[in-house]
Amino acid sequence: MSYLKHLKSAVIASAIAVGFALPAAADEQYFPLQSYRVGPYAAGGTGFFGGFIDYLNLINIRDGGVNGVKLTWSEGETQYEVEKGVEVYERLKNNPGVAAWNPLSVGIAYAMIDRITQDKVPLITVNHGRTDSTDGRVFPYVFPLLLNPYSETSGIVNYIAGKLGGQDKLKGKKIVVLYHGSPYGKETIPIYKLLADKYGFEVQQIEVPHPGNEQQSQWLEIRRAKPDYVVLRGWGVMNPVALKTAQKVGYPVDHIVGNVWSNSEEDVIPAGDAAKGYVAITTQASGEQYPVVQEIVKTVYGAGKGNLEDKKRIGSVYHNLGIVNGILNVEAIRIAQGKFGHRTLTGDEVRWGFEHLQLDAKRVEELGAKGLFHSINVTWKNHEGDGYVTFQQWDGAKWNVVSDWIAPDWALLRPIIEKSAAAYAAEKGIKPRTSEEAPVTTN
Amino acid sequence: MATPVRNTPLVTPERLGVLLLLIVAYGVIPVIGTGYLFDAILTPFLALSLAAVGLNILTGYAGQVSLGSAAFLAVGAFAAFNFNLRVPGLPFVVSIVLAGLTAAAIGIVFGLPSLRLRGFYLAVSTLAAQFFVQWALTKFSWFSNDNPSGVIDAPPLTLAGFAFTGPIGRYLFSLTIVVVITFAVTRLIRSQTGRNFVAVRDHETAARVIGVPVLGTKLVAFGISSFIIGVAGVLWAFAYLRTVETGGFNIDRSFQILFIIIIGGLASLRGAFLGAAFIVVFPLILSRTGAALFGGVFDSGVLEMSQRIGIGALIILFLILEPRGLSALVDRVWDWVRPRRAAALGGATPRSFFIRKLQPKGRT
Repeated sequence: MSYLKHLKSAVIASAIAVGFALPAAADEQYFPLQSYRVGPYAAGGTGFFGGFIDYLNLINIRDGGVNGVKLTWSEGETQYEVEKGVEVYERLKNNPGVAAWNPLSVGIAYAMIDRITQDKVPLITVNHGRTDSTDGRVFPYVFPLLLNPYSETSGIVNYIAGKLGGQDKLKGKKIVVLYHGSPYGKETIPIYKLLADKYGFEVQQIEVPHPGNEQQSQWLEIRRAKPDYVVLRGWGVMNPVALKTAQKVGYPVDHIVGNVWSNSEEDVIPAGDAAKGYVAITTQASGEQYPVVQEIVKTVYGAGKGNLEDKKRIGSVYHNLGIVNGILNVEAIRIAQGKFGHRTLTGDEVRWGFEHLQLDAKRVEELGAKGLFHSINVTWKNHEGDGYVTFQQWDGAKWNVVSDWIAPDWALLRPIIEKSAAAYAAEKGIKPRTSEEAPVTTN
Repeated sequence: MATPVRNTPLVTPERLGVLLLLIVAYGVIPVIGTGYLFDAILTPFLALSLAAVGLNILTGYAGQVSLGSAAFLAVGAFAAFNFNLRVPGLPFVVSIVLAGLTAAAIGIVFGLPSLRLRGFYLAVSTLAAQFFVQWALTKFSWFSNDNPSGVIDAPPLTLAGFAFTGPIGRYLFSLTIVVVITFAVTRLIRSQTGRNFVAVRDHETAARVIGVPVLGTKLVAFGISSFIIGVAGVLWAFAYLRTVETGGFNIDRSFQILFIIIIGGLASLRGAFLGAAFIVVFPLILSRTGAALFGGVFDSGVLEMSQRIGIGALIILFLILEPRGLSALVDRVWDWVRPRRAAALGGATPRSFFIRKLQPKGRT
């Protein structure tokens, strides 16, 4: 049984390798990017990863890195497919100095939770992800930053209530949720049910199979149901098709509310006239008037290092989200460096940085992002960080903000999240952390 | 072709080759391989090979074209998850067997149309399995234990109290299951049942005339094929992805498995493995070399697109030049390299060995 002995030693060796993240060569911090630039979701992928890379480039060119630590990255194409995402993860994870993973796919993120927890590297799912990973006691390495799916739902329901004239007016109303047939799309099914029971409105949830370029039957069903509002929880090509089909069946576009992944220029421009008056939630405003976007235009695109091929997309929703995601990742590294020193950090040290990622309005302004996003306040318990949302309306040419920064109903959501996280902990035999002071794995 | 099977000597080049492969797979690769090799290449390769072996029984040997393989993968994966979850204390191996049996049962149900339909019509009717299973698994959240996203975490693989946690462990676990089932299949296709498969495939009416129970044979083919594909689904979900979600078992996956057996060679077990290797490894090689050569010039999207075009062209070219698949290509190379040596070993050339598998004479 000699191979069993090999097996044992190999398992031990891999455990050791995982336990002590490999040291980086020079002072560099590496971002493995599971990006997607082809396939049905390429618009989201190119915009988001374009913005992310543009911001990393800005930090390198303007500041010479984070406190002298250069930022590096490489990309692997996933096409938003879980299996390819896993392959890219295995391919890139052994690069030295991995800071954090940002797959921008709920399916891939789910497949990575066990893996990154073992590797002790943070997994960032900005504005999406697994909701109960907000509970940092059970998910120490997973961060659904800014807005988890439940907060988004709460924000949307509150917005609709505001439109109707107050939360008591929701009673007896009917809302249809048209969701993308993917782990991402299904994530909010229970919370819509729960809010419907709480506020007394009727909810009907209709699935659109991936990728969603055919929705005739779903919209005929909606027409029969005659809902007061339709929430579009779409992604990629599904969104413009939904808006166009709504127009075809005669559903008024200003009664469709888009979620945070149905809120981009790429969702409305292909729909043409059908999108005029459409309202969607967002955590970050679009437009290139913000100082940080201006600096990217000047410094990065000026140096010919811009990542977007189509310069018109600079300042679009996805591009700005990528920039905000860049800010959050870079600031987490900066905060962690404040504690551990200006050097290449281990994944676990970066995790500590994310757990102290507290950017108030003043700090956001210093970063040149005032008005781009509101603030974030991540703690070891709360991995979402209480992001604020706003609503924007498409006028046929650009998005106009039509609301203030609104806070979702966190107090209502927290017990639900904790319950779900506790169930996960029980299933997996995880002992939830009781304090922040977990030992941090350093080099 | 006159050589009966029982006259084959104990040591043949094929058996030596298989033995050598097993020694390498069990003894050498676990020592020299990296985590990436196991987790990203070998484990998915083994799972897809097994699925291709399963489909090859149905399509290659028994001649029933199926476009529903991914559905049976999904049935296997979800059944194993549910048996494991809902029957406490059930050994994981038993879960796997039960998952295979569940897939077999569903396979037989969807095989019933084969009693009336043939060829393209049957292929289209197996699409029903593909769509129905995916729909049912999505629609009824019980299957995914009411998990809101419909994505479930796979439990660790355990065998007699020993947990296969590391990459090598998962690889060896998959390898063992694949080896055991493949060996069983090699026995099966030389048995009376296997001969019946081929008889039904080659000429259904003739088979009926000489007394082959055509209907039963077709259902047995569907059952066995689905069993194996179901077990492959368990490997795919539990050993490779370690997460189970219906999205990964879509029609693309069914086509992928069909392409594996067409490219590898119909009615050839070796072809299933060669085809799976081609489908898994080739895109990765292209992607890596492409990134290394042109990574600075093009972004990953352009690279990905050019790979797809490249792979498509290669497949077409390949099928024109060698329609019997990679397996036949290997035979040709083998014949060219060592014709005399092979002839000396028992009088049967490798080529004739291969043809014998295709056209067994056992029942004459």
